[in-house]
Amino acid sequence: MKNEFQVIADLIEKDKKVLDVGCADGTLMKFLKKNKNINIRGLEISKEKVQECIAKGLTVIEGNAEKDLKQFPDKSFDYVVLSQTLQAFLNPELVLDELLRVGKKAIVTIPNFGYWKVRFHLLFKGTMPITKTLPDEWYNTPNLHMCTIKDFFHFVKSKDIKIFKSLALNNLNTSIISESNLGVKNLFADLGIFLIEK
Amino acid sequence: MNTEKNIKTLIVKKPLKLDCGKTIKDFPIAYETYGSLNSKKDNAILVFHALTGDQFVTGINPVTNKEGWWSYTVGPDKAIDTNKYFVICSNVIGGCMGSYGPSHKDSDQKIFGTNFPVITINDMVNAQYNLLDHFGIDKLFSITGGSMGGMQVLQFISNFPNKSKTVIPIATTSSHSAQNIAFNELGRQAITADSNWKDGNYTSNETNPGKGLAVARMAAHITYLSKKGLQEKFGRKLQEREDLKFGFDADFQIESYLRYQGSVFVDRFDANSYLYITRAMDYFDLAKQFKGNLSEAFINTRAKFFIISFTSDWLYPTQENKDIVIALNSIGADVGFVEIVSDKGHDSFLLDVPDFLNALKNFLDKSYEEN
Repeated sequence: MKNEFQVIADLIEKDKKVLDVGCADGTLMKFLKKNKNINIRGLEISKEKVQECIAKGLTVIEGNAEKDLKQFPDKSFDYVVLSQTLQAFLNPELVLDELLRVGKKAIVTIPNFGYWKVRFHLLFKGTMPITKTLPDEWYNTPNLHMCTIKDFFHFVKSKDIKIFKSLALNNLNTSIISESNLGVKNLFADLGIFLIEK
Repeated sequence: MNTEKNIKTLIVKKPLKLDCGKTIKDFPIAYETYGSLNSKKDNAILVFHALTGDQFVTGINPVTNKEGWWSYTVGPDKAIDTNKYFVICSNVIGGCMGSYGPSHKDSDQKIFGTNFPVITINDMVNAQYNLLDHFGIDKLFSITGGSMGGMQVLQFISNFPNKSKTVIPIATTSSHSAQNIAFNELGRQAITADSNWKDGNYTSNETNPGKGLAVARMAAHITYLSKKGLQEKFGRKLQEREDLKFGFDADFQIESYLRYQGSVFVDRFDANSYLYITRAMDYFDLAKQFKGNLSEAFINTRAKFFIISFTSDWLYPTQENKDIVIALNSIGADVGFVEIVSDKGHDSFLLDVPDFLNALKNFLDKSYEEN
């Protein structure tokens, strides 16, 4: 399992109720169910991935976060997880609002467009950056609204969303992001992980 | 209509009060089982059949000598694996494969016909519930069925919230739409317009309203298929002829196909049963039973739901299946959902659709492992 999922799992206490939005093949779900006795649900847009989840015995609903989150009642999950998908929605702000409505807390991870390799790529190669966390070409990427850790940090602050924890990930290293080190983390982390609440 | 041998019957002694107000007792429920019940009695799956189905789910139906209606799905090593699970299916009341229905005789030894009480989906599941006592099963492992079978699944878990661990409604709805009712009415009108129907008082196979029933079946059959599926299978292909004949014979293969479907249906189905069962479907509105709030129907169950729809099903489209998912999510129920890609229309749940069969098998087997 990738380090990102390990960090997310560490943020969630045992026996909680969790919704994994865009749960893909259910790797994180399975881990949480098995190791933390989490009552876990998934929402996934890809039919193939939904089938993979069913084959793992996971409860998943085929659906689109932009349309289908509204069916869940307010604060019906302890945590709602959204891993590296916010930037792929037509309206990320609306999805973020929905995550925080449905979940008591939300865990959102962001591929960081401020990461030095991304900046280098654009600066020196002059083409759209391709990195481990951003593997697609400009013409086939699902990403519509790329942002940096700094962007997201300022965005949630402006919406009066409470940040419980913000973590910077660079390969296997995890460190805490704060207002004072934001510039550095924004340069050296390729992924940001935020535990937030509204 | 049926040959009595080969049909297993449970006589329900307990009176059953029907939604229409009448009470029935000492009535037969015809059933069939596949696989074997384990010692813990925790491997039973109750399957509910659709409008024209019966208790003979799989293998050769001993009455019609044709493959059972869910042969692709149920059997050894199949999606519903009878090596593992004990499958029970019974003919709905109002039906014509041995369960109490309009072709039965009343206390004066006169065939009921339309004097049979109007039954509902609720009545059907309340009658079938007696099978649990009969087999000494405290809790089913699963209940499943497609189309009208799915309606029974929803009604069953609403009536008996603790009686099944898992619940799998397939290609169904919680409320019959105007379009659904319209198609059923078309079928009923075809039957009652047949001069042999005689207000339901026909008495033998020779004088039954076969023509009307065949038309009803033909119209319904179209609703079970998709436009694309029909076009791919038949297109404008001609039936055993080089050119159009400028007459009203079956020039096109699709005409011949429908005529055949109508004619074989008449041999195995009772016209009055068709009236009764379509009526039961039309009356089905689960939300209405709970003052318009569908979620309330499931508020007392802890069962795990898995809902399946098909892309090309326009009779019970994905949205109607999703409405059930939404109602369950709004009360925090354990519900999974998948829409299967298929060109085979509503009939997809009866056919060899690998994505459907895999999803069903995986859900059942994984849920059973967690048992």
